[in-house]
Amino acid sequence: MNKKNVKFTLNGKPVTLTVSPSATLLDIIRDELKLTGTKKGCGKGECGACTVIMDGIAVNSCLVPIMKVAGCHVETIEGIGNKEKPHPVQEAFMDLGAIQCGFCTPGMIMSSKALLDKTPDPNREQIREAISGNICRCTGYVKIEAAVQAAADKVKEENSK
Amino acid sequence: MYIDYLTPESVTDALQILQQQKGKARIIAGGTDLLLDIESKKHNPEILVDITRIPEIKGIRTEGNFLIIGAGVTHNEAAKSPLVNEKAQVLAEASRSVGSLQIRNTATVVGNVVNAQPAADSAVALVALGATAVIASSDSTREVPVEELYAGVGKTKVNSNNEIVTNIIIPALQPGEGSAFTRLAQRKALALPMLNVAVVVSIAEDKFQQARIVMAPVGPQPVRASDSEELLKGAAINEETIQKAAEAALNHANPRNSTLRGSAEYRCATLKVLVKRALETAVARARN
Repeated sequence: MNKKNVKFTLNGKPVTLTVSPSATLLDIIRDELKLTGTKKGCGKGECGACTVIMDGIAVNSCLVPIMKVAGCHVETIEGIGNKEKPHPVQEAFMDLGAIQCGFCTPGMIMSSKALLDKTPDPNREQIREAISGNICRCTGYVKIEAAVQAAADKVKEENSK
Repeated sequence: MYIDYLTPESVTDALQILQQQKGKARIIAGGTDLLLDIESKKHNPEILVDITRIPEIKGIRTEGNFLIIGAGVTHNEAAKSPLVNEKAQVLAEASRSVGSLQIRNTATVVGNVVNAQPAADSAVALVALGATAVIASSDSTREVPVEELYAGVGKTKVNSNNEIVTNIIIPALQPGEGSAFTRLAQRKALALPMLNVAVVVSIAEDKFQQARIVMAPVGPQPVRASDSEELLKGAAINEETIQKAAEAALNHANPRNSTLRGSAEYRCATLKVLVKRALETAVARARN
């Protein structure tokens, strides 16, 4: 089997891997790197559960060929915060009850973070567009939208201190 | 599955790879359609040639009265571009309704055209704009109107095993011209279109000079509502003429009964409404 080297940055750290060129970014994240926070919901780009941030924009990792990632900055849910210091979006999701089964959550959070990184003060339409590619079967989206708004408000408040 | 993935940095290099591989290599841009086609065995390339890092085909620019969209331009880039919003608004609206934000961040306008689905949002808009595709192969470059790129349902005249669409050329909208895109779908995102309508009108002294009205999926490719267009030539701009034109759109529309796209009956009923709304919006924009 033909294997190739690929170098990219993952959650702030440089990574060099030897991969099969036909692997997707999702395959590599979950199976090679054992970062299972990113989920495989459909494998077809139709649910957003596999959303990661690549060079600042939200993408469906199930449809990104791994070689396309060479030289890019990739962020996964594992990299944005942790139990001791959660990312404001993670905290807001917990505080506002925006999680039920949790399967859509990593993708939702990454889409939300991608929005807030570029648009720190989004309006409701912008929040809705940012998560429009993330399907949730449990919550009905209302608390998710509220959580993103709350996270934005919190970050704004902190920045003005 | 494919065994190699190459990322050339010029169109010449990309074409050279295609030529050397004699049909075993295929162009990939965003890949959001192609990867699924490879999975379903619709295509079976051994080598993928990624064109998204080629500087000369990234970017949106103007040249005289034309807007040039490079093959590397994503739907999101087109939707947000001030140039596209100013000079080809219908394309910005169309690109904005493709798939989801994540898809729009990697999928390209040109890829949407080459994939040749009858109702591909940006292709419907590009046909309304009278856009042309520039297609390069190792020995020649040709220019073909987007409207003429179709060879049957889901089939394009572009051979991605040995040629590359490098740019799309769009005649920029001038003062007195306006455009609009209307879409009927089950959801606001992650939904295939039940109907897409794209309209470009030019008006003068309260009369239509001409109109291009494109609808899909009502046939194997984007379809011009030619009777409607004929009715509007030189017609006064009022509710009556717009309504007549909207109804005449049915003359060239042949939607199927589809579990995915909706029944023929429902879509015929709603097509008139979409055409009417698109015409009204395009006129309002032309007047501004």
